Amino acid sequence: MENINLIIPEITLFLGICLALMVGVFFKNSFSIVMKLSILILLGVIYLILTNWGGEQKLFLDSFKNDKFSDYFKILILVSSIFIFVSADQFIKDKKLNKFEYPIIIMFSILGMFFMLSANDLILFYLGLELQSLALYVLASIDRDNIISSEAGIKYFVLSALSSGLLLYGCSLLYGFTGSTNFDEIGVSLITQNTGAIFAMVFILVGLAFKVSAVPFHMWTPDVYQGAPTSITNFFAVVPKAVGLAVIIRFMDLPFKNIIEEWQTIIIFISIASMILGSVAAIGQKNIKRLLAYSSISHMGYALAGVATGTVSGYTSTIIYITIYIIMNMGTFSCLYLMKTDGKYSEKIEDLSGLSKERPMLAFSFLILFFSLAGIPPLGGFFAKFFVFMSVIESEMYALAIIGLLTTVISAFYYLKVIKIIYFDDNKIKFDDVRNLSIKATIFLSCLFLTLYFISPSIIGSLLNELFI
Amino acid sequence: MNFPILSTIIFLPLLGALFIFISNKKNESSSAIYISIFTSMANLLLTFFLWYSFDKSFAGFQFIEEKNWISGLIKFKLGIDGISILFIVLTAFITPICIISCIISVKKRLNEFLIAILILETFMIGVFCSLDLIIFYLFFEAGLIPMFLIIGIWGGPKKIYSAYKFFLFTLLGSVLMLAAIIFIYWAVGTTDYTEIYKLKIAKEYQYLLWLAFFSSFAVKTPMWPVHTWLPDAHVEAPTAGSVILAAILLKMAGYGFLRFSLGMFPIASEFFTPLVFALSIIAIIYTSLVALMQDDMKKLIAYSSVAHMGFVTLGIFTFNKQGIEGSMFQMISHGIISAALFLCVGVLYDRTGSRMIKSFGGVVNYLPNFSLIFIIFVLGALGLPGTTGFIGEFLVLLGAFKINYLVAILASTGVVLCAAYMLWMAKRVVFGNTNNVVVTKLKDINFLEATILIVLCLVSIIFGFYPEPLLNTMDISVNGIIQNHQNELTVNLINK
Repeated sequence: MENINLIIPEITLFLGICLALMVGVFFKNSFSIVMKLSILILLGVIYLILTNWGGEQKLFLDSFKNDKFSDYFKILILVSSIFIFVSADQFIKDKKLNKFEYPIIIMFSILGMFFMLSANDLILFYLGLELQSLALYVLASIDRDNIISSEAGIKYFVLSALSSGLLLYGCSLLYGFTGSTNFDEIGVSLITQNTGAIFAMVFILVGLAFKVSAVPFHMWTPDVYQGAPTSITNFFAVVPKAVGLAVIIRFMDLPFKNIIEEWQTIIIFISIASMILGSVAAIGQKNIKRLLAYSSISHMGYALAGVATGTVSGYTSTIIYITIYIIMNMGTFSCLYLMKTDGKYSEKIEDLSGLSKERPMLAFSFLILFFSLAGIPPLGGFFAKFFVFMSVIESEMYALAIIGLLTTVISAFYYLKVIKIIYFDDNKIKFDDVRNLSIKATIFLSCLFLTLYFISPSIIGSLLNELFI
Repeated sequence: MNFPILSTIIFLPLLGALFIFISNKKNESSSAIYISIFTSMANLLLTFFLWYSFDKSFAGFQFIEEKNWISGLIKFKLGIDGISILFIVLTAFITPICIISCIISVKKRLNEFLIAILILETFMIGVFCSLDLIIFYLFFEAGLIPMFLIIGIWGGPKKIYSAYKFFLFTLLGSVLMLAAIIFIYWAVGTTDYTEIYKLKIAKEYQYLLWLAFFSSFAVKTPMWPVHTWLPDAHVEAPTAGSVILAAILLKMAGYGFLRFSLGMFPIASEFFTPLVFALSIIAIIYTSLVALMQDDMKKLIAYSSVAHMGFVTLGIFTFNKQGIEGSMFQMISHGIISAALFLCVGVLYDRTGSRMIKSFGGVVNYLPNFSLIFIIFVLGALGLPGTTGFIGEFLVLLGAFKINYLVAILASTGVVLCAAYMLWMAKRVVFGNTNNVVVTKLKDINFLEATILIVLCLVSIIFGFYPEPLLNTMDISVNGIIQNHQNELTVNLINK
């Protein structure tokens, strides 16, 4: 058991959650204490991961694997969770969601994601996935007095349970056809002629595609995005997506590396479908959270296009993409926290009209974020797409590249629509002057990153090169 | 020379924009005005210095700057030759004029307008300086954002439709170019233009790549039948926006054809010449006829821009010295004259709020100074000898006659048609009876307006009589392009 220090971050996180739970139960009005404690715990876990940053090691009969790849994603989700905690603080209090369970449930889902990322075994992977999903069901319906939020929770639960079931069925098939639950052993024994294993692969992929809300398993996304409170939507839009993509890459890299062609065909289809549906369906949306839901669907399409290549450069481009995607979404959702009139948060896009006259800085942030989401140079979003298409064309998948590039034009249309409403239309509603440093700091950092990214676009890429080589 | 003068010229306006952004106060724009005039004039002086220290006897690229940008993939590479220097000077020259014109006429949110124009200047100069395809694409596309906002915020009644159309048309054309650029990277191993120029792109790839680049440049030029965004954008854009659009943004495409289509895909360029000729001829004749029927002055000038750009594409694809130098000259001349015409329309629009031809008439009786200048530019636009317009059209037609009589003759009709719609418009606006009371109460142009118009007028006439400085600057580079083209074709013939 000398390798136990490999799993120290997870153990610390778990003990931290228990401690926070105790504090929450035994103190009255303990929300703010638990919140601060949670942020401290997450920071501590980041510290632990960074100190143990290193090579690839396995433990527990090779079922748990710690490598730079999983460490990178762990840090990514921890940092974005901390930002969500900090920037959504005001929102949570205004919505009277300031119950101590909120940070604790989020931390439980993070714990589940840690195990998903580090899993090297189907059983451990599934346990992590379920821990994560259960926490997310609760989160979706955390605003329990609100009928839309409850509906979102139920919808998410039913569909997600179904997909988890399919995934579990896939896992069992895979075990049946290969005789092992360990990723490495599956990878060795799986060969193309094994039709049963291909069935298993399809089922597993369905479950994972559901998690990243790729078409045709995207139906829950708009409703949950709209129904859940904005801070939860922020979490949903960012963290589980990153983990889902990481797991897809992990599966492709390890257990399914021999049947990559079959897998590729499906991913290409999912990717193209997501890009097209995400861009077309967003055009008619009136609620900004629904719009962002469809936008995230199309972004997942681009990210999956990088995965579809099946090459290291493709995976790298996807990870760059998801990193920039997270930064863009953190900024955009933080802007939503500022859409407040008379103490109520509004979600209608038309409420933004004429914002540039009243609140020029907020409008300018929206401008940068939305042009970046649309992938217009020289903003960060362009480079995210650029690297993906770079690797897609490298793998000679021209149709995928052309369709992807053309859908960026379609999606530019609805991003422009929001900018049009902000900048060209006349002012209707006056937003409250929210004086909250943490929200503004998040927006500022995000916009600063996106505008200055062009100075050194290879910064994430070179970081990732160290991860894989 | 170690001083990075090109980067300075590119990023100085951006710095100015940043200063305005920081010092931005509501309803307070005097500091913004000073900053913007100062930076744009400083930039103009820098480009004059650049032009002065430019070595005209050297065919390759000069003032090359190179930095690692995306490590292992792409270098941030800048450099200029005899072709790009002229466009840089044109951009730096037009920008202060735009700034002065918007100080005169823009009433709301002036600070933001100045920021947008300065940022746009950065991107436009960047396009002409970049020697790497990715950098080129970056600047080429980035220009959409400020222009979209300029049309959308300060535009006319149909501004939203026009801004969308402008943005989406251009973006649609450009994404195919991006795909082509990435493909070139994997096929050749670099996106450095000078390297590609040496390494050559395999013949079988050239055709599709040429079409991808063409889709982008044809929209931007604009060529018939994808020109429809231009009249809308021009009509709805504010005066300064129209000026920049006509004077510089359209030239990016001409520059792109000359630099990239001809330089990288000589065989495909030769192959597709009939297509370009046909589209250019249609553009010249068809849009001239359309221009005849316009009752909106801005729309008329917009259609005339399409026709003039038809001459430009025609000249570029003649592949001879007269044709290419002619189209270069035509681009610069059009940059000056159409900018001035838009400014003139802006003068009338600021005073009356109308751009319709029929709401004017007899303007000469009330605005004599304005009318004089306006007529000079109208004559310049139709190619009167003694203005820059003449030299451009003349050289292009000369080049066209060398290779194809039919094309040249058809193009010549465009000159006549241009005279028809321009003079008819001038007759209806400037001369004739005044049937609108508003016109009788108008004041003549003020000092600022007169200054910018007279400067443009002088430039047009000076280079009309003495084109040598411009032709001299581009001569060696144009020769280089033609030489490279001939070599490639011979190599291709031998291989057959």
